[in-house]
Amino acid sequence: MKNLLGCIGEYKKASILAPVSVTLEVILEVLIPLLMASLLDQGITLGNMDMILFYGVLLVAAAMASLACGVLSGNFAAVASSGFAKNLRKKMFYKVQDFSFTNIDRFSASSLVTRLTTDVTNVQNAYQMVIRVAVRAPIMLISAFIMACKINARLALIYLAIIPVLGLILGFIIKIAHPIFMRVFKTYDKLNNVVQENVHGIRVVKSFVREDFENQKFDEISGSIYKDFNKVEKILAFNSPAMQSCVYACMLLISWFGAHMIVSGTMTTGELTSMFTYTMQILMSLMMLSMIFVMVTMSKASVERISEVLEEQPDIADVSNPVMEVPNGSITFEHVSFSYSKDMERLSLKDIQLDIKAGETVGIIGGTGSAKSTLVQLIPRLYDVTEGVLKVGGIDVRRYDLEVLRDAVSMVLQKNVLFSGTIKENLRWGNAGATDEEMIHACRLSQADDFIKAFPDGYDTYIEQGGSNVSGGQKQRICIARALLKKPKILILDDSTSAVDTRTDALIQKAFAQEIPDTTKIIIAQRISSVQNADKIIVMDNGRISAVGTHDELLSSSSIYQEVYYSQVKGDSDNE
Amino acid sequence: MSRHDDQKAMARGLSKEARREMFQKQNPMIPLKRLLGYIGKDYKFHMILVLVCIFISSITGVIASLFLQTLIDDYVVPLTQSASPDFGPLFQTLLKMAAIYLSGVLATLLYSRTMVTIAQGVQKNIRDEMFSHMQTLPIKYFDTHAFGDIMSHYTNDTDTLRQMLSQSLTQIMSSGITIVSVVIAMLTTSLHLSAVVAVSVFFMLKVTGKIAGNSGKYFVKQQASLGRTNGYIEEMINGQKVVKVFNYEERSKEAFDKLNEELCSNATNAHRYANILMPVMGNLGNLQYVVIAIVGGVLALNGIGGITIGMIASFLQLSKSFTNPIGQISQQFNSIVMALAGAGRIFDLMDETPEADEGYVTLVRAKYENGELTECPERTGMWAWKHRHGDGTLTYKKMEGDVRFYDVDFGYNPDKIVLHNISLYAKPGQKIAFVGATGAGKTTITNLINRFYDLADGKIRYDDININKIKKPDLRRSLGMVLQDTNLFSGTIMENIRYGKLDATDEEVYAAAKIANAHDFIEMLPNGYQTEISGNGAELSQGQRQLLSIARAAISDPPVMILDEATSSIDTRTESIVQKGMDALMKGRTVFVIAHRLSTVRNADAIMVLEQGRIIERGTHDELIAQRGKYYQLYTGAFELE
Repeated sequence: MKNLLGCIGEYKKASILAPVSVTLEVILEVLIPLLMASLLDQGITLGNMDMILFYGVLLVAAAMASLACGVLSGNFAAVASSGFAKNLRKKMFYKVQDFSFTNIDRFSASSLVTRLTTDVTNVQNAYQMVIRVAVRAPIMLISAFIMACKINARLALIYLAIIPVLGLILGFIIKIAHPIFMRVFKTYDKLNNVVQENVHGIRVVKSFVREDFENQKFDEISGSIYKDFNKVEKILAFNSPAMQSCVYACMLLISWFGAHMIVSGTMTTGELTSMFTYTMQILMSLMMLSMIFVMVTMSKASVERISEVLEEQPDIADVSNPVMEVPNGSITFEHVSFSYSKDMERLSLKDIQLDIKAGETVGIIGGTGSAKSTLVQLIPRLYDVTEGVLKVGGIDVRRYDLEVLRDAVSMVLQKNVLFSGTIKENLRWGNAGATDEEMIHACRLSQADDFIKAFPDGYDTYIEQGGSNVSGGQKQRICIARALLKKPKILILDDSTSAVDTRTDALIQKAFAQEIPDTTKIIIAQRISSVQNADKIIVMDNGRISAVGTHDELLSSSSIYQEVYYSQVKGDSDNE
Repeated sequence: MSRHDDQKAMARGLSKEARREMFQKQNPMIPLKRLLGYIGKDYKFHMILVLVCIFISSITGVIASLFLQTLIDDYVVPLTQSASPDFGPLFQTLLKMAAIYLSGVLATLLYSRTMVTIAQGVQKNIRDEMFSHMQTLPIKYFDTHAFGDIMSHYTNDTDTLRQMLSQSLTQIMSSGITIVSVVIAMLTTSLHLSAVVAVSVFFMLKVTGKIAGNSGKYFVKQQASLGRTNGYIEEMINGQKVVKVFNYEERSKEAFDKLNEELCSNATNAHRYANILMPVMGNLGNLQYVVIAIVGGVLALNGIGGITIGMIASFLQLSKSFTNPIGQISQQFNSIVMALAGAGRIFDLMDETPEADEGYVTLVRAKYENGELTECPERTGMWAWKHRHGDGTLTYKKMEGDVRFYDVDFGYNPDKIVLHNISLYAKPGQKIAFVGATGAGKTTITNLINRFYDLADGKIRYDDININKIKKPDLRRSLGMVLQDTNLFSGTIMENIRYGKLDATDEEVYAAAKIANAHDFIEMLPNGYQTEISGNGAELSQGQRQLLSIARAAISDPPVMILDEATSSIDTRTESIVQKGMDALMKGRTVFVIAHRLSTVRNADAIMVLEQGRIIERGTHDELIAQRGKYYQLYTGAFELE
C-alpha cells in the first residue's frame, strides 16, 4: 500500500486540490438550497419580484461558483488519477525490468500483463472515485448532519442510532465479498490462460479434433467465474436496499416524533421539511459511500496483485562497489552446483568444474535435459549459482556490475525473440549506436546479410511481433547478428543454429574464427559438425560434465560422444 | 490509423475498401440490438421482473418525496389545531408508509439481484459462445489476426460489457422511468412552465452533447493508446529474458515512458470531460431553477396562464428531480459507448464465417463379419469410412491410409498461388519426406491433407475418397500431427499426453511416453507424470516438450502421421531412439515427414524435394544421390537449405 501511494508523486498537488475544490463545491451545494428556500419563502410566496431577482442573482452567482469548482475538481481528479495510473504502470514496468530470471519464472507472463493493464485501470478508477466522491460524500453527510442537529438535536439522534447499524451491515458485506473477489480474479487469470493457449495451439486443437474438449474446459472455468461473480454481486446487491431501509426508517421515526414535537410546539412544520431534505441528502451521501465501498472492494484485489509485483524482491541485485570492467573472456567454474528451487536435493547442475581460457571456442553437447542451457545461463548471471563460485575474467560474477557483465557476455537464447520493428531496430538491441556498416558487418558474420538484402525493404523490413514473418533459420541468424553487435568478450550460442543448414552453420563458425578470434565462444549444439572444430568440447549428461576434450579425444574416450557422432554420420561413410 | 496499423492491416491482406467497411460497421445500434437480443433470449422473464421492480422502486421514491406534503397537510396541521390530538390515524398511516417503503426496498433488492443474474448470465453466454465459435474458425483467421487482438476480446471488451450490463443498464432504466413520470407530472401542472423547461433542457442537451462528444473523442483515443501501451507491455514482458540478456531495460523503459505519457494525456482529457459533466449538469439545473422562478413569478404576478404560487413551488421541485436523472444518464454515456464498441468487436468475432464442412463421409470402428465390413461399437483396431450415398445406401470402406495428390494447386490468396501442380502418392505404410528451403511449401502441403486450408485446384484422395467429402473432424482424427511449435497446455504431464486420446488409461500413457523416449525424463521430475506444467512450459526444455508432443501424437494412434520438424530440438542420439520407436509404431501406416536434418529422412520410401512450390526431384535417398541433383547438393552441404 505504501508502495502504491508513493506513485502519486508529482500529482500530489492535483490529488490535494481535487478534494479541496470538491469541498468548496459541496459547501456551495449546501448553500444553494438555502438560497432557493429564501427565494421561495421571501420571493415567490410573498409575490415579491425584487426579492425573486435579488436571490435569483445570488443563486446565479453561487451556481457559477459551484460550476467553476466542479470543473476544477473534475479536472484535478482527472489529472491526478491518470497521472497516478501512469506512475503506477511505470513503477511496475520498471520493477519488472529489474526482475531476474527467477522472478520472471515465478510470475507467468500473462499474469504480469494483466497486473499492468486491467489491475491498473481498476485502481485508477477507484482512486479517482476516492479523491472526488469519497470526499464529497462524508462532507455532505457531515454538513447535512450538522444542519439537522442545528434544527433539532434530539431528532438528529435518530441518525446516530441508525448509522452504526448501517456501518455494521456494510462491513459485513465487504468481509464476505472480498475473498470471493480475490478468487474470481485468480479464475480470470486461468480463463485468459486457456484462451491464450488455445489460440497459440489452435493447430494442435484442430488436428486432434479437441474443439469440444476445449469448449468444455473453457465452460468449466467460465462457469466458475459466473458462479463466484453471481454470488459476490448478489451479496453486494444488499447494499442499497440496506441503505434505503435505514433512511426510510429514519423518515418514519422523524415523522412520528416530529409530529409530536410540532403538536407540543417545540418544532415548526418548516423545520420538519428541512429535516426531510437533510435526510435525503444523508441518503444520497450514504449511497455514494456504498458505491465507493463496492469500488474499493473490487479494486482491493487489484491493489494486492499490484503490490505483489512491487514488493517482489529482485533476487539478483548489484553489489556495492561493483567491478566495472571485465578484464578478459576467461571463465572458471569452481565446484558449481545449481538448483532452480534453491533446493540442494534437486540440483540441476552438480559440482561443475571447468576452465575456459579467453578466446577459446567451446562446444557443449548433451542429451535433451542434460542442463546445457542451465550451465551457460549462469555465466551472464541470469541465475545465481546455488553453491560454488563462477568467475569471469578471474573475478566472481557476483562482484560485477550486472550491466557491465551482461554487456561483456552476449547470449543468444534458445527461445529467440524478435520484436516488432524493422530489422535495423532489432539489430540495434545489440548496440543502440550501431552504424549501418557495423550492422551489415555483423549480419555478414552471421550469414544474414544475403537474405536481408533480398527482402524488398532490406534492412528496413518490418518484423512482425514474435518474428512471424521470417523463417526459423533467418530469425536465428538475425539474433546472432544482434548478439554480435555488442562486441562481447564472451559469446554464447544456445542451440542457436538448429534451424540453419550445415553449410551456413559452417560459414558462421568460420567467420567467428577469423573475425572475432579474441572472443570466447561457447556453442551449444545438437549437431556434431557445429562443434567439431572447437578447442574443447564438453559432454553434459544429467547435470554433470561427463567428458571434456577435443573431437578426436572424445571420439576415442567418451561413449556418449561416440553414440551422438554415429547417430549423425551413420551411413554417410560411402558418400564422404 | 497509425502507419504501423496500416502496415499490419496490409500484411493481413486487407484492402483499403475492406478497412473502410470495417469502420462503417461501427454503428452502435447494431451491437446494442444484439445485446438486448441476448437478454431477451434467456432472460425475458427476469427482465420483466427487473422492469417491474425498478418501476415499484422508483415509484416508492416518488411517493417518499410526496409523503411530506401529506404528512403536514393531512396530519400535522389538523393535529396542531385539535384540542385533544389523536395520534392513532398518523400511526396507522406511518405503518402503511412503512409497508410501502418495505415493498420499495424489497423491489430494489429483487431487481439488483436479478440484474446480477442477467448480467452475469449474458456475459457467460457471450463468452462461451465466443470461445466455442472461435473453435470453429478456420486456421486462416488465426493467421490473419494478431494474437493480442484476439485476447482483448476476452479481457477488455468483456470487461466493458460487464460494466455496462451490471451498472449502466439499471441506472438508465430507473433514470428513464423517473424522467417519464416527472415529465407527466410537469405537463399536468403547467404547460407554460413546461415550455420553459423544454427550452432549457434543449440547451442542456446541447451542452451535454458537446462535452460528451469531446469526452467520447478522447475516450476513443484513450482506448487506442491503451491498446498500444498494453501491446508494448505484452511484447516486452513476453520477451523479458531477451531484454535482460541485452541490457535493454533502459531503452525499453524509454519507449514505454513515451507510450505511457501519451496514454496519460489522453486519459486525463477523457476523464476531465467526463468528470465535469455532472457539475455542469447540476449547475445548469440550478440556473434553470432561477429562470423558472423568475418566469413563474412574472407569470403569476401578471396572472397569465392561471399560475399559482403553489404550482411554481411544486414545479421547482419537479424540475430538480428532472435534471438529476438526465445527469446520471449522460454520465453513463461513455461506459455505454465503450461497451458497445467492445460488444461490436465481440460480435465481429462471432460473425466470422466458421470453417465450412460439407463432408458427409464419417469414420467408424469396423470389423469383418462374414467377410463383410460392418460398423461396430467396440474397439477392433480397425476403422472404416462410412459412405452415405445419394440414394440412401451405405457402403463401408476400410481405412488404410492411402493418400494421393492429383495436380494440386494452392494459394493463401487466390491471386498468389504458392503450390503448383503437386502430384504424389503415399501408399499405406510408406514414409514420404519433404525436403526444401523454408517457404518452399512443405508445411503447406501437409496443411492441405488435414484441410486446414482448401485447394485452389486439383484434388486429394484419401483411400480413394475425395477428402472434401470426408467430414473434417473425422478426417483429422485419422491424421496424427506433431509440429515444430509444441504447444502444450497447462496441466499435468499425464493430462498433456492424454490430450491425444482422452480415454487413455495410465498404462497407455506410459507406453506412449516410452515410444517417444519421454518416460525416463518424466520419471526424473519431482512429481513424475503428475508434474504440473504451464502452457509455455518454462519448466521443460524445448526438446523435452517435443518429446511430450510426440507422445501425445503416439497415444492417438492414427493411421496417418504428419511430422513437421517434430524432432528439430531433440538431440540426435535421443532422436534416433525416438525414431526407432516411431518406426515400430508406424509400421504399416503412412507417414509424412518434414525435417531439416537429412539424416531423419534418409530411410523414407520417397523423398520430395520442393522448390518454390513445385516438386523438382523425387525418389529414394539412393536414387536422389545417384541423380546428383539438388538433393545431392543439399546432402553434401554444397547448398543452403534456408
